[in-house]
Amino acid sequence: MFWQVAISIAAAQLLHRRRQTIVSTLGVALGVGFFIATSSVMSGSENDLVQRLVNNSPHITMKDEFRTAAKQPIFVAMPDATVKLTNTKPREYLRGIKNYGAIIDELSQQNDVIAEAALTGQAIVRYASKDVGASIAGIDPEKERYLTTVERDMREGSLMRLKTASQGIVIGRGMSARLGLGMDDLATVVSPTGLVRRMKVVGIFSTGNLLLDEGQVYMLIKDAQVLLDKPFIANRIRIKIGDPDQAESFAARIESRWGYRSESWQEVNRDFLGLFVIRNTITYSIVGAIMVVASFGIFNIISTIVMEKRRDIAILMSMGFRAYDIQAIFLVQGAVVGIVGMLLGWCIGLVLLQMLASIEFTIPGMSEKQHIVLDRGFFQFALGGFFSLVSAVGAAWYPARKASQVRPVDIIRGAA
Amino acid sequence: MSDGHPLIEARGVSRILQETVPVMLVRDIDIGVGHGEFVSVTGPSGSGKSSLLYLLGLLDVPTSGSVFLDGEDTTGLDADALAAMRLRKIGFVFQFHFLLPEFSVVQNVMLPMRRLGRQSEAEMTERGHKLLDELDIADQAKKRPDQLSGGQRQRVAIARALANDPALILADEPTGNLDSKNSEIVQEIFAKLVREEGRTVVAVTHEPGFAEATDRNIHLVDGRVDRDTKR
Repeated sequence: MFWQVAISIAAAQLLHRRRQTIVSTLGVALGVGFFIATSSVMSGSENDLVQRLVNNSPHITMKDEFRTAAKQPIFVAMPDATVKLTNTKPREYLRGIKNYGAIIDELSQQNDVIAEAALTGQAIVRYASKDVGASIAGIDPEKERYLTTVERDMREGSLMRLKTASQGIVIGRGMSARLGLGMDDLATVVSPTGLVRRMKVVGIFSTGNLLLDEGQVYMLIKDAQVLLDKPFIANRIRIKIGDPDQAESFAARIESRWGYRSESWQEVNRDFLGLFVIRNTITYSIVGAIMVVASFGIFNIISTIVMEKRRDIAILMSMGFRAYDIQAIFLVQGAVVGIVGMLLGWCIGLVLLQMLASIEFTIPGMSEKQHIVLDRGFFQFALGGFFSLVSAVGAAWYPARKASQVRPVDIIRGAA
Repeated sequence: MSDGHPLIEARGVSRILQETVPVMLVRDIDIGVGHGEFVSVTGPSGSGKSSLLYLLGLLDVPTSGSVFLDGEDTTGLDADALAAMRLRKIGFVFQFHFLLPEFSVVQNVMLPMRRLGRQSEAEMTERGHKLLDELDIADQAKKRPDQLSGGQRQRVAIARALANDPALILADEPTGNLDSKNSEIVQEIFAKLVREEGRTVVAVTHEPGFAEATDRNIHLVDGRVDRDTKR
């Protein structure tokens, strides 16, 4: 019942100062709109990047190395020995993951786990007297398609043709262009140990990443083992699991099980993920500043109304309105501006998102047109609305309190 | 209604305004106003007429002494309790009409009823129109206050003071801003409220004509009751 009075008085006073009300409401609306647009872009690009990190590469990579160098047996057996031996090198071992077949089998038995043995190394690809240094990845095409997005990025041929062709390689578009090496051409691949093999191009991919497109070569793991002269050896086990968020704990588990250094995608991209925190802080402080500026507008209009309406406040109080009732009237005004600003801001936000989504641009080195990735989540809208309400009611609070402290006698006496 | 005690009573009321030099607005006032009395308060300017009225109307709180409304001691009541008493029992009319410019005439009259919240919207609207009708301004109900003449506005203010059917009407120079014709109309309305409806009216005025029309005149000088004459 009382709220009807408060709202009707609040609304009447706001409507009376229509222009100022519209301006301060627009201030809030723009704040909310830009908040939605900015945080959609920020959150969208963050999600997109994480998606790329998660999807384009294995969740976990087990490497043929250990986090700490293995000690000589004597130091393990007698840690407190009296005689000190200097210059004892860590125990030597043959590079490579031993018995990788058994590890793959054991990992593959678990649900939602895809594990692939790979052998990586360096080689030179030579064609018509030109040569290019290349990273060799000996892989299993059946599994590779689940682990990375190479399959999706294929422009000619396919990854699966590695299986049918003898001595096949898959190269990037950049390398293809540099060497003039096309589909079904025979390239010469030279290993660091001097082994030379002639291999046939069975596929060309384009990822948009210059480094990969110019320098990555895929082949069957058994061809890589021959080329790099590492028979029966793998130096990477690449793993994809069902829930990427579990990668860290999964990596820790398998590392303690087999001892080989196992890196989760989070560990590899730690600095990257840390950057997001900084970026978000900057984004939200700027957007927060917009809201603060908007709330000054609200503060301004409500203060003006309170100053102007001191007589009305006095008469309402003499009628029997309590201080709290008066405060409520002006808080309602703040809330009205906040709510209307929020609704308008949502509309502005939708329009801005529509505009942003329609922007097309090209990044040098990437052939396809790009769109800004947007996160059109409910969350952005809810947060924007929340900010608008809080800043509006917060801005109204002080003048509302001032209004409730008006002493009717002073006003009436002064007016007479 | 009348059960021995006055409707509004001041006992030893003083009010000191704490400025750099303290100002004594009224001192040692002892008066009681019974049900159905029509009282005028007169005195030279600065004699404390209005201050006394605000104290009796619970708008201001005495520095010492007590104000009794309907036999109830209001000393020590908090602002909210005083507001609640004003809402139900007291109607104010000031020299300036103080109508809310954003609301229509009838909406202004309904404001105290809305705050009290005891009636339905339809009942409140009906009562609002009825009050305006009694004051002969029913045809102005839908207009904004600024479309009315001074005399009409003051009548709307009186209608608003009557909204919650208070026993006590306090008026602070209600005719101070009106021409003689409208002054007369307002005076007659107050007289009618007393004679026909049995309400109590206490009006501060410096118009001799108004004071003569009342049943009792309290004359203040320097914050004290100088004369208290009943006719």
